Amino acid sequence: MTTANDGKIPVTVLTGYLGAGKTTLLNRILSENHGTRYAVIVNEFGEIGIDNDLLVESDEEIFEMNNGCICCTVRGDLIRTVENLMKRKGSFDAIVVETTGVADPAPVAQTFFMDDDVRDKAKLDAVVAVVDCRHVLQRLADTAEAEDQIAFADVVLLNKTDLVTAAELAAVEARIQSINPYARLHRTERCSIALDAVLNRGAFDLDRVLSLDPHFLEPAEHAHECGPDCDHDHGHDHDHGHHHHDHDHDHDHAHDAPHAVKSVSITAGELDPQVFFQWIGNVSQVQGPNILRLKGIMAFRDDPQRYVVQGVHMILEGDHQRDWKADEARESRLVVIGRDLDFAALETGFKACEA
Amino acid sequence: MLTLAPYEFGGFVVAAGFLGQTPAFALGDGTVRLFPDGAERSVEVHQGGLLAACRSQDGAALITGGDDGLVRRTATDGPVETLAELPRKWIDIVAAGPQGAVGFASGRNAHVRLSSGELRDFSAARAVGGLAFAPKGLRLAVARYDGVTLHWVNTQAPAQELAWKGAHARVLFSPDGKYVVTTMPENALHGWRLSDGQDMRMTGYPGKVKSVDWSARGRYLATSGANAAILWPFFGKTGPMGQQPLQLGTRSDQLVTQVACHPSEEVIAIGYQDGMVLAVRFADQQEVLLRRPGRSGISTLAWDSVGARLVFGTEEGEAGLISLNG
Repeated sequence: MTTANDGKIPVTVLTGYLGAGKTTLLNRILSENHGTRYAVIVNEFGEIGIDNDLLVESDEEIFEMNNGCICCTVRGDLIRTVENLMKRKGSFDAIVVETTGVADPAPVAQTFFMDDDVRDKAKLDAVVAVVDCRHVLQRLADTAEAEDQIAFADVVLLNKTDLVTAAELAAVEARIQSINPYARLHRTERCSIALDAVLNRGAFDLDRVLSLDPHFLEPAEHAHECGPDCDHDHGHDHDHGHHHHDHDHDHDHAHDAPHAVKSVSITAGELDPQVFFQWIGNVSQVQGPNILRLKGIMAFRDDPQRYVVQGVHMILEGDHQRDWKADEARESRLVVIGRDLDFAALETGFKACEA
Repeated sequence: MLTLAPYEFGGFVVAAGFLGQTPAFALGDGTVRLFPDGAERSVEVHQGGLLAACRSQDGAALITGGDDGLVRRTATDGPVETLAELPRKWIDIVAAGPQGAVGFASGRNAHVRLSSGELRDFSAARAVGGLAFAPKGLRLAVARYDGVTLHWVNTQAPAQELAWKGAHARVLFSPDGKYVVTTMPENALHGWRLSDGQDMRMTGYPGKVKSVDWSARGRYLATSGANAAILWPFFGKTGPMGQQPLQLGTRSDQLVTQVACHPSEEVIAIGYQDGMVLAVRFADQQEVLLRRPGRSGISTLAWDSVGARLVFGTEEGEAGLISLNG
């Protein structure tokens, strides 16, 4: 494996409840002879059995930016650790971040979009959720974090499959797909999986997401259209001047009610970029707190390149990816995963962006 | 007459400076490179990476922290001395104090090692972003989440809390001891006037402020983080409040990454993200090119004690010694 073409260090984020098997997976990543050198950031050394000078323990430090918005929380310790690792650039190829079991994955992901230094040096490759098949349904019933972790995931390892019946496993899979039909599922025992299914996923999974037939979705959720944004319109950049005496907003409103996570895949033809960017910027402002993840590939009128977007809450980022191939349909598609999303508004709005 | 002796280290230059007359470079690969009288000496100081470095207050040694959990002292000769150890922690903040005191931090842990070898604990509830010693008295500023705590190192006197919401990283006292200033991730500086706790907010930066330095006699605080060096006036009763900062070395398309003020003249050396280094005079903004752009951004920049020579280093390991008088 190699680092991404743009020279940025790929970062894999591991989520999952305590006991799901994250440490087992980490030990495998660190001990297997795969030719890639990983710097690993863990929340505690615990049972990591490998002595590795690129293994660092880091206390999760959630930093709120001073506008107090949930969308602008980042992991301060990650920023610092990535900065420290860059002083040893060349001694590792990729970074793996293990989060605590109860962690909200949003600040981790947002760190890679919001912090200029981190964004400059590293990029989020994939969020991998390790799920304990025996306990996940109960966790989902009890906590919002478990649902968030699955909603955020690009890859889900259904671990400990040997400890459940076929019927139980089917129920778990169905539940996970109802939360996030776009994540790639792998059934594992003791996290036994080819590591290239977990690491260095990058654009591969994005392509997969966008070519997936959204047959899991209910009819009402089909054919919405929507789009991403590229102008890095992060709220934190714009309101420096004022003094702020009121940042203790309630950051938990998304968790207050048992609103289930749902997803939508919306397609459209070629878009007018100007109309689209204005629209998606507005969507992210209005619906951002409810958007857990957003991914898409856009076909802009008169643009020979595919335009790729990613988002977490109100943060959106976009860039040209590559030329459209001759045999590819120039189609725009957007996937949004979140709570209480106004699907009708998304559909109408996305359609209106067509060129 | 200007000469530049280039060096190529192949690794991130964490800090450069002069130990006495000797140019010294602390590298991310764990070594310190010394250039006494034109010779080169490489010292293995940290086993893994070297994360932080500063000069001792007497200017004779380099204090470094590494991801081997060690705080070490390297002088131009003699063996490297281990000052402290936090096993398995990455020591990424060090600060040199008076009377041989050394501050160091990792995550939430912060300590001062006195010259006697005794350790004092000043850990915070959340991450420590930076440490600084006051110009007078053995007093330590700990930048933390939601503000700064000022500790008296040797007495039981109560700590003074300076509150401002958010994360605080670099911290420094003004040379007259009247102000404390921090850098914040919202691309801003925050300051407090210690006499009355008055808050000051210095904003408008497009990037994070990573490099800060006081000009001669503490008249200006020079900062990186914009496409010019931004210098806030700290003379007069109210400091920078209501004042416009000086902007020196403005470039249309490159951010300033490092600033270093001349020790006695109103002149500043400015390093940019493309590797260029300029010297600029405050009075007439006259610029002198000290180094052309290179492969990567300037990561460290420092004058010698008389302001005749400069050392710089970059993220990719290019470095150099610039002599202004030939």
